[in-house]
Amino acid sequence: MSHEGEAVVGLHHQFDTTLQQKEAASFGMWLFLVTEALFFGGLFCAYTIYRWSYPESFTAASRTLNIQLGTFNTAVLIGSSLTMALAVRAAQLGKNKLCALLLALTILLGAVFLGVKAKEYADKFEHHHVPGPTFHFEGEGASHAQMYFCLYFAMTGLHAFHMIIGAGLLTFVIVQALRNKYSPSNYNFVEGVGLYWHFVDLVWIFLFPLLYLIGRHH
Amino acid sequence: MAAHGDHGHVTPLKQYYAVFLALMVLTAITTWVAFQDLGFLNNVVALGIAGIKATMVILIFMHVRHSTRVIPVVVLSSLFWLALLLVVTWTDYYSRGWLGVVGR
Amino acid sequence: MKPETTIAGQPASAVAGPPLPVGYARRNYINAKYGAKSWLLTLDHKRIAILYLLSVTFFFALGGLMAVLIRLELATPEGDLFQPDVYNRLFTMHGVMMVFFFLIPAIPGVLGNFLIPIMIGARDLAFPRLNLASWYIYNVGAVMAFWAMLHGGVDTGWTFYTPLSSIYSNTYVVVTAVGIFINGFSSILTGINFIVTIHKMRAPGMTWFRLPLFVWAHYATSLIMVLGTPVIAITVLLVGAERLLHIGIFDPRLGGDPVLFQHLFWFYSHPAVYIMILPAMGVISELVAAFARKPIFGYAFVAFSSVAIAVLGFLVWGHHMFVAGQSIYSGVVFSVLSMLVAVPSAIKVFNWTATLYKGSVSWDTPMLYALGFIGLFTIGGLTGVMLATLGIDAHVHDTYFIIAHFHYIMVGGAIMGYLGGMHYWWPKITGRLYPAFWSKLSALTVFIGFNVTFFPQFLLGYMGMPRRYHSYPPEFQVLNVMSSAGATILAFGYLLPLLYFVWSMRWGPRASANPWGAAGLEWQTTSPPPTDNFHARPVVTTPPYDYPEPAPSEEEVPVVA
Repeated sequence: MSHEGEAVVGLHHQFDTTLQQKEAASFGMWLFLVTEALFFGGLFCAYTIYRWSYPESFTAASRTLNIQLGTFNTAVLIGSSLTMALAVRAAQLGKNKLCALLLALTILLGAVFLGVKAKEYADKFEHHHVPGPTFHFEGEGASHAQMYFCLYFAMTGLHAFHMIIGAGLLTFVIVQALRNKYSPSNYNFVEGVGLYWHFVDLVWIFLFPLLYLIGRHH
Repeated sequence: MAAHGDHGHVTPLKQYYAVFLALMVLTAITTWVAFQDLGFLNNVVALGIAGIKATMVILIFMHVRHSTRVIPVVVLSSLFWLALLLVVTWTDYYSRGWLGVVGR
Repeated sequence: MKPETTIAGQPASAVAGPPLPVGYARRNYINAKYGAKSWLLTLDHKRIAILYLLSVTFFFALGGLMAVLIRLELATPEGDLFQPDVYNRLFTMHGVMMVFFFLIPAIPGVLGNFLIPIMIGARDLAFPRLNLASWYIYNVGAVMAFWAMLHGGVDTGWTFYTPLSSIYSNTYVVVTAVGIFINGFSSILTGINFIVTIHKMRAPGMTWFRLPLFVWAHYATSLIMVLGTPVIAITVLLVGAERLLHIGIFDPRLGGDPVLFQHLFWFYSHPAVYIMILPAMGVISELVAAFARKPIFGYAFVAFSSVAIAVLGFLVWGHHMFVAGQSIYSGVVFSVLSMLVAVPSAIKVFNWTATLYKGSVSWDTPMLYALGFIGLFTIGGLTGVMLATLGIDAHVHDTYFIIAHFHYIMVGGAIMGYLGGMHYWWPKITGRLYPAFWSKLSALTVFIGFNVTFFPQFLLGYMGMPRRYHSYPPEFQVLNVMSSAGATILAFGYLLPLLYFVWSMRWGPRASANPWGAAGLEWQTTSPPPTDNFHARPVVTTPPYDYPEPAPSEEEVPVVA
């Protein structure tokens, strides 16, 4: 009953109830994720066409990736998804300090992921596997390895860029949480950022097998 | 006045930890299976496991299991549209040469 | 409505000066707050619509200027006005400006933004700040493309085909591509806003099947915006990446396929043409109902046909690539699907026509535009079915036949829908009436000018004149001169509304709440509306287009013996 004043605070004027506002916010974020899915989808389309066209090149090129680092990174990102989900739950329960802590952990895990990625990119640079005039690939039947690496850098690069944006959003949410902004009737923004972060994890869940695990059994 | 349902469903911690564990195990399995020779099935298993992981993230981490009815429609529509883009583009490449015309 | 008070609740006697029409509001969203900041930082969907009106009009004028230069060049067979690569830049910028910065955002940004909340009985869109952001993002993208244009532009055509765009062109491809990319976000945010608003913010009693067809049309358009725009976003990003970072996804030297670019490009760009036409069709449904004073015939069919067009529109993109190198098998499949997509459009045309039958038709300016739309869209649509036929397209692809086809739809269709809508809702948006004589004259001028410009192009194309050429064999000159003359008439027709609309803001008679006597929630609030759209939250109890049954004519009254 005493929620009445609370419910009106934070309710934007175009909405009638906080439930309507919450559902609209969630719906809007999901529609944005649809656009992200189709955005990455264009790259997945190109990937499938060229992997089908150049299977030996893709296999040879994929095997130069470090599978231990890739698996480790997958685990790190899944961990960050857990901390993110727990952070949203904390905000939902009004536990702002806990939320901030869990978000900081999420950023930390994200930073670990990006650090490993940077190491992998440095390796590729050393081995002259970066597309462009310096590209050089040793290997028989791998005449189209450069196409694999074009897709590798495009897909993981775009993914990493999304993670950096995500880290920025998370930082903003931490600041808000430290100001005790979140409560059971006002945590839509945290939920939205959570959805975005989970989506970035989803993309990696598919990138990992497609980029790292081609023809490893040979 | 906020009704109880206004605050959304609060997922029990156990569910989150269970999903996390499952995702880690599936990741390990994916990597291990990659080193086994299953021929064409390697791809099927890898993507299949990825699909299972994705489903768990979507349903539990992203709360779709307890969302309004429109959200699963949104999720499935995006997958359907993605499939449309991929499959219809593939048919071009796959069918080049089928009708016996040079270069097409 | 008591005659003593206005809808705004002020007693008429308290208002100084000549009596105001019933339902005109002295205090409304336009004068609720003053100052540039109150407009540039507004969250009111109606003010944002006006901001969009200013932007799209500017970029339409730019695109129109390009068209004028093109038609000037084409008045003579020799390429004597511009160098060939300058001509390439002209038609490219014409296409880019018109497609991305006018046709896609105009009706949704201006009329959709203004009307959708009012038509569903809401106070605003679901996300007003995203709405404002959408306008700013549009301007950033548009200014980038404009900057590129001022520095020489792009010569690849608005279609940016690789490898010209990705490897060989020496023009500002990346800047223009980034401008289009950024503009895509504007589109996406508008689409998200409309979908959530229509789902979640309808007034009590406003069920899905009581929604005006204008709303259904924008819902379908928003689906396309959300599902399609991201694909062109990644595609132009990849072209930029190829130019800047050597990520050669489409580079044949790396084994890349330029046709893959075309698949990804047209996956969006074909549905994009439905983004351009569906809102106009929504306008036409409103105009036909209002000026025949009848409910739209087959409301449900028209509503579902909008969604069907949106969905089917995603299945036909390969008809732009029949001669590009895709497999003939694919060509056959796309050909059949393209014929299928004509069906829901045809359903609309039949239903609009059936609405006119036994309606009480009045010849106000908006109706003139609507009738023009129905005729011209039908011609454009039928030629579309011709082009869906593989054999015909192989002959006329990349000729003026194609240009005529899409201009019949985009100019004869979409732009006339836009103008018809502006003339219909102008009294609601501004509270002013415009002179009927000049507006009818402009409608007639546009119609005549349009046909004189574009009909000859069907003939030219069929006879073999290629598109994107600045010179042509002398035997094509007569038709080209006709086309250029028509363009002059058309330009005059477009200029007139600019003049009398601006005139009306200062000297036009004030409008009542419902100058057309039309049905719909927007006509039940004041002209112009208050900031929160309604003085009291509407509750909807009637079906859409709730016009009284027409009185039976004498022949129909049964004679009782």
